Amino acid sequence: MNVVHSFTPAGLREFLVPKLRAFLPAAALLTADEELRPYECDGLSAYRRVPGLVVMPETVEQVAQTLKLCAHHRVPVVARGAGTGLSGGALPHSEGVLLSLARLNRIMEIDVLNCTATVEPGVRNLAISEAAAPHGLYYAPDPSSQIACSIGGNVAENAGGVHCLKYGLTVHNVLGLKFLTSDGELIRLGGKTLDAPGYDLLALLTGSEGMLGVIVEITVKLLPRPERAQVMLAAFDDLENAGGAVAAIIAAGIIPAGLEMMDRLAIRAAEDFVHAGYPVGAAAILLCELDGTNEEVSDGILRVRELLLEHGATEVRTARDEAERLKMWAGRKAAFPAVGRLAPDYYCMDGTIPRKHLAGVLAQISALSREYGLPVANVFHAGDGNLHPLILYDANKPGDLTRTEELGGKILELCIAAGGTITGEHGVGVEKIDQMCAQFGSAELAQFHAVKRAFDPHGLLNPGKAVPTLARCAEFGRMHVHGGKLAFPGIERF
Amino acid sequence: MNNTDISITLAETVREAAERNKPLAIHGNGTKRFFIGDLGGEPLDVTGHRGIVSYEPTELVVSARAGTPLAEIEARLAEHNQMLAFEPPHFGADATLGGTIACGLSGPRRPYAGAARDHVLGVKMINGCGEILAFGGQVMKNVAGYDLSRLMVGALGTLGVLLEVSLKVLPKPASEITLMFELPADRAIVAMNTWAGRPLPLSAASHSGDTLAIRLSGAAQAVQAAHAKLGGEVVEKGEEFWRELREHRRGFFRDDAPLWRLSVPPAVPPLKLPGKWLIDWGGGQRWIKTQAPAAEIHDAAEQVGGHAAMVGAAEGRGTGPGPAALAPELVPLHRNLKQAFDPHAILNRAMVS
Ligand SMILES: Cc1cc2nc3c(=O)[nH]c(=O)nc-3n(C[C@H](O)[C@H](O)[C@H](O)COP(=O)(O)OP(=O)(O)OC[C@H]3O[C@@H](n4cnc5c(N)ncnc54)[C@H](O)[C@@H]3O)c2cc1C
Repeated sequence: MNVVHSFTPAGLREFLVPKLRAFLPAAALLTADEELRPYECDGLSAYRRVPGLVVMPETVEQVAQTLKLCAHHRVPVVARGAGTGLSGGALPHSEGVLLSLARLNRIMEIDVLNCTATVEPGVRNLAISEAAAPHGLYYAPDPSSQIACSIGGNVAENAGGVHCLKYGLTVHNVLGLKFLTSDGELIRLGGKTLDAPGYDLLALLTGSEGMLGVIVEITVKLLPRPERAQVMLAAFDDLENAGGAVAAIIAAGIIPAGLEMMDRLAIRAAEDFVHAGYPVGAAAILLCELDGTNEEVSDGILRVRELLLEHGATEVRTARDEAERLKMWAGRKAAFPAVGRLAPDYYCMDGTIPRKHLAGVLAQISALSREYGLPVANVFHAGDGNLHPLILYDANKPGDLTRTEELGGKILELCIAAGGTITGEHGVGVEKIDQMCAQFGSAELAQFHAVKRAFDPHGLLNPGKAVPTLARCAEFGRMHVHGGKLAFPGIERF
Repeated sequence: MNNTDISITLAETVREAAERNKPLAIHGNGTKRFFIGDLGGEPLDVTGHRGIVSYEPTELVVSARAGTPLAEIEARLAEHNQMLAFEPPHFGADATLGGTIACGLSGPRRPYAGAARDHVLGVKMINGCGEILAFGGQVMKNVAGYDLSRLMVGALGTLGVLLEVSLKVLPKPASEITLMFELPADRAIVAMNTWAGRPLPLSAASHSGDTLAIRLSGAAQAVQAAHAKLGGEVVEKGEEFWRELREHRRGFFRDDAPLWRLSVPPAVPPLKLPGKWLIDWGGGQRWIKTQAPAAEIHDAAEQVGGHAAMVGAAEGRGTGPGPAALAPELVPLHRNLKQAFDPHAILNRAMVS
């Protein structure tokens, strides 16, 4: 029978470190306060908690042993990739182990003829495409954080990116996984084949936010680099027209490689920051990238240009060469940090809505922004209706963060009301756990918990994330009745 | 076209069956019975739950009840020049959406456009307790909660009764041609996979006998340019060729020997098993008509990192041994998941080993 301990952080270190040292080098263990601090949050710094200790294994076997040890003593484990997550998914547990996969960063194989790459979870997203480039291949999902985020984190979040409109999300581009269960058993799913016997656990693990298993190896699909990619920039003096143009392009049977929108505030910020040559007076711009064979792209550009003008674009530009194309994208890619310069802090939201509601929902967000007195910039994946409203605030101003979170919650509820979802790609983590109560009924939530138990009966992997308890939702429902104001904002709710 | 919602009745039936511990055999129109075999249990007919619930061409999404005939959905999409890009096999005139998704079947376009599971955006379903649940939705990107909609694809009805499925749809390509090349299997496999690694508008690749057939899809100029690059002889009735392949109506399938399906890494060279081969999915799906012993076939597939399953026996005999065997370490997880959705083990019990 297992002994269940109740540890303080210091007690946990004292108890666990000697046992971990039996199979881990000293450099794989971080225990001092100054070493632990950098791990207190992920990309969503509003939530912070110092981990009990950090373990950084270098081999799959070490990860397995760590998990076995933790399972035996019922110690919670939070997996972490590069820590760029935006929903607090990698927020540590103070009486638990933060398991960093960053040192598992080997590219095991590029299989050119099968068009696959097999990598360890700590490999950066962009590094896969770099390794595949000499063969004319690349890995399609390209989150804006791709220079930093890990492929393991991408799988755990089912990350998307600018090119996912045409090439799919992480789930569409992963062929195989190896993961460790909460008690350290190695499970292999799929491989280089196009399907695998049994339930589609590959899909289930993708986007599971470190709740069902620790991913230790990934086989991804590589695609041939398109012969040609060309981007167009269209300016609009009205958001509604820009939204209409998005629908019209899709309705015409064109699936652009990327179709991104930025609003006035975002355009200005990006222009000031990287001088991409954006039309600063515009209410919105669309960036539409077409790729494929030379002939296909030429044909597409003519058609898209016409559609954009028909739908009220005041200006349409086509990048003349690769340098200009990269410049047009530079503004979009730097949009988050650019907006970040406008205020001491910003909060990035991530809802998805049916495309047809783009203009309406953006207008409602803008009304909420005025009501709360907090500026909101919009930079987002218009082609698949994935909004990223960025709320600007100042964490040092008393009450600003609370109001920001409240506004954020309202925006997510707008997304649900429009038939959409509270998260398109950033995950639920701790951030959107209350909105899960609005998105799902108690029967669905109970089903999620049952699935979690099927993998992790003792609830040791990333406890308290992604799926709220029914009790918490009951409390959230009551809080809602009281005008959306949290009764005791200081009290931990996860 | 008839439009009926019987979800409440279906849920009621499941709930009662759960209470009485009475196994249910979920069925549509039975077009895939040869694929899954005999289910045992009290039949639960889903065909009455039918109709397209919503279809908005500009959103690229269709939602339909599980009993809706696949043909009806495809006809609606075709009116707007759209399609189910995974090109599902029907295996009969009245195949339903629910059966297609439960079996997780995809056609020749699969390697290039994705499988059935890749196009599922959301489901409504009844779990083994008779609760109606909704997961996913109608939007392209959604990571709220575990992806239980995709988990239903290919689960053969063992985790729930599918009520409604939302699928991503795609525009039909403006132009398509089918090309033939005289090539033996080994060289054909290399060609298919080399081309798949190049920026060509490939949308199907299959080989049998001494003939490699490929399909190119996209803008007319792109298809023409690729044809000019690759050469090959144009097949007049290309569409029919791929439909016959997809529906197992080619001469290859009319043979008394047992039919096996091997799923292998696409570029793997021809396997040394005695029998007649038909290669699809750019090398990733290989059919063989063979009398070889099962163990030998499983071995051959596993040695190259793949898996094999017998798909029904010869026509008329119609009871397949079901899906390929699971790796032993996967068995407990499957059992736990089954328990999580269907604690009384009443749904398609015979499919669970
Ligand atoms: C500037 C910026 C831009 C961004 N742009 C995008 C974008 O365009 N699209 C997008 O989708 N996201 C975007 N993100 C969010 C983030 O980069 C992604 O969610 C990414 O997938 C997280 O990867 P990570 O390695 O940093 O994971 P982490 O933040 O370390 O972890 C994320 C979650 O995954 C779990 N996890 C990590 N590794 C593993 C593993 N090996 N096994 C099991 N669980 C694991 C963690 O427990 C946690 O729950 C952006 C973030 C930033 C800061």
